[in-house]
Amino acid sequence: MTAYRTHLLVCTGTGCVSCGSFDVRRALEEEVRRRGLDREILVVATGCNGFCERGPIVLVQPEGVLYQRLTPDDVPRLVEEHLIKGRPVTSLMYVPPREREPVPLMKDIEFFKHQRLIVLRNRGRIDPERIDDYIAADGYAAAAKALSEMTPEGIIAEISAAGLRGRGGAGYPTGRKWDAARRAPGEPRYIVCNGDEGDPGAFMDRSVLEADPHAVLEGMIIGARAVGASRGFLYIRNEYPLALARIGMALEQARDYGLIGRNILGTGFDLELEVVRGAGAFVSGEETALLASIEGGRAYPRQRPPYPAERGLWGRPTVINNVETWANVPAIIRRGAAWFAGLGTATSKGTKIFSLVGKIANTGLVEVPMGITLREIIFAIGGGIPDGREFKAVQIGGPSGGCIPKPLLDLAVDYESLKAAGSMMGSGGMIVMDETTCMVDIALYFLRFAEEESCGKCAPCRAGTEAMARLLAKITAGDGTAADLARLESLAASVKQGSLCGLGQTAPNPILTTLRYFRDEYEAHVFDKRCPALVCKALIAFSIDPAACVGCLLCKKACPAGAIDGARKKVHTIDQEACIKCGKCLAVCPPKVRAVRKTTAAAGAEGAAAPPPSGEGR
Amino acid sequence: MCPVKSELEALTAKARGRPRALIQVLQDIQDRFHWLPPEALEHVADALGVPLVQVYGVATFYKAFSLAQQGRHVCTVCLGTACHVRGGDAVLEQFERTLGISAGQTTPDGAYKLERVNCLGACALAPLAVIDGRYHGRMTEAKVEALLAEARKGRDG
Repeated sequence: MTAYRTHLLVCTGTGCVSCGSFDVRRALEEEVRRRGLDREILVVATGCNGFCERGPIVLVQPEGVLYQRLTPDDVPRLVEEHLIKGRPVTSLMYVPPREREPVPLMKDIEFFKHQRLIVLRNRGRIDPERIDDYIAADGYAAAAKALSEMTPEGIIAEISAAGLRGRGGAGYPTGRKWDAARRAPGEPRYIVCNGDEGDPGAFMDRSVLEADPHAVLEGMIIGARAVGASRGFLYIRNEYPLALARIGMALEQARDYGLIGRNILGTGFDLELEVVRGAGAFVSGEETALLASIEGGRAYPRQRPPYPAERGLWGRPTVINNVETWANVPAIIRRGAAWFAGLGTATSKGTKIFSLVGKIANTGLVEVPMGITLREIIFAIGGGIPDGREFKAVQIGGPSGGCIPKPLLDLAVDYESLKAAGSMMGSGGMIVMDETTCMVDIALYFLRFAEEESCGKCAPCRAGTEAMARLLAKITAGDGTAADLARLESLAASVKQGSLCGLGQTAPNPILTTLRYFRDEYEAHVFDKRCPALVCKALIAFSIDPAACVGCLLCKKACPAGAIDGARKKVHTIDQEACIKCGKCLAVCPPKVRAVRKTTAAAGAEGAAAPPPSGEGR
Repeated sequence: MCPVKSELEALTAKARGRPRALIQVLQDIQDRFHWLPPEALEHVADALGVPLVQVYGVATFYKAFSLAQQGRHVCTVCLGTACHVRGGDAVLEQFERTLGISAGQTTPDGAYKLERVNCLGACALAPLAVIDGRYHGRMTEAKVEALLAEARKGRDG
């Protein structure tokens, strides 16, 4: 093996790839070769670093210098200055929000500093397309230990003692699930990896599959040995082409190395794994629906019990775990249950990956110990709310979760605390909202989602989500009444109780939590016909301040509805009947002029007049 | 595009007599023709030994499948939660206005198909649109027209 003085680790997760990281990698390789440095410097494509806001990202090792938002044009200068002259290029480094000085080293950046990596330990460090990289980072050592030194009962005892719980949302103890499948009568047994990550705003499973696919395979080998399965399936979302490609590649390499297939590592243990592509249905993330989909049918959930551990695929005992859960397993076996149980809270051990998205400075993926507060995640790691706005709420757990308000920012995050707050862990998507987010509109957004994704099998979910969405639409249109609020609450309770599967049972959560914490906003819509966040189109109006308008024609030209009247150097006016409230006039009115006003009806209440700064600065 | 019988044969060959492979076979056909023509559904039912009604049921259940011919350029606007709070709806409306169709429809000349999706998991780029497989992050209404023109030039021209 050649030793290189410097490794350039180029992030090639979906976020960075979409921003052009493959072009950056190609430019780096060419430049390094052109300068005759290709024996000293190695360009490596890695999985997602998590700092998606700042992609494409390149990490220079061993120094640990992080460069961000690179383009191929930056590459010659970076190579010349940093790699030849030894002068790191400060203008390409990360500058924290509200500060001026760049932070050169990855380990000093707040976003990375507070994280604790177990599942994502290899992210940005290894090439996910090379099994040798994974093995060099202790990969498959846990599988070897489990297969040659441990009994199935011993493996289950270790996972149970570690306190690992399902990372897909419900938090069922993994060891107990495995034990149930092991004891259940019936042959053959199956294991399944649930990679149908459908929650909008959550992308940790995609990232794990892209950054460290072998960790998932290794977890499954260990699990298969524990429950006595010789066949397994990885069900992965069709919308994740890169994850599908990488897991397929990993599977082939593992098979070539004798880690999957017959007589694994000479222990006499057999395991065949197969990748199944999802076909686009949110409900397939529900475990019984997912199994129906693997069997080739429509993804309809069914009544539980019996749980899949007793009667799963083709009626046989089946262990189904989420991607992140499987990826936790190798570390527990390698480092021991006591080490893992030493992290986290009384009931929730280890770490959890969250995706931080929405109105937050540092969008990205973070792995943190259970028990960390929301404030630390959102402000210390996430860098707070951009554009000088105020934090309003964080929505956790996708369409099944709920909105958590500002007074609960010091909540220590674990399965139980989130549930008590009316939300749930879910897959770990955190959508941050500021004062320009309307909570009634958000509830409507999630209910429309649930309505659309309801599979239609049971009436409470099929008809209930539709009825709730209709009521919410009525309220956002300004036609709501006090009776509608009461009906909404009673419907939410019925759907929660009466639905067959988790999709319907949790669909009312966005309504219940927003009603609990933001009732005043509902009341403003219903009684005052106002939308305090200035979002709901029926309740807002755009107008032009005659004192400020300079008659530049910009808004008139931009208006798609032809609703603006005016001539050069003459004050413009908006025809309220013709206005479609798209907000384009506000967006194009120059910051120096700021003549366009966005207001909500009644009491002459006025909201934020300034247009949001468009495009984020580098 | 009408599928040639021999091509359907090839796409279903490995799955013959295996009802479990239904979804995967339909995906292969969808990938190849960008829709599921009626004769393909019948062929699959025969080849796998599955009732046609079940093939139709599966084909209409999942979003990956289309029973209507697609436009030559597929524009997908993400309306996941992150895109929603960052103004994805306004971007979709701009696509609808520019193309003169609603989400889920194809332009009469068959050039563009407009779709909305509930999250592509690239939330850092929100709001996001994907045109012919290329991701365009931090979208604004102002970028829509140029991107559509670029797509048309890229493949038609």
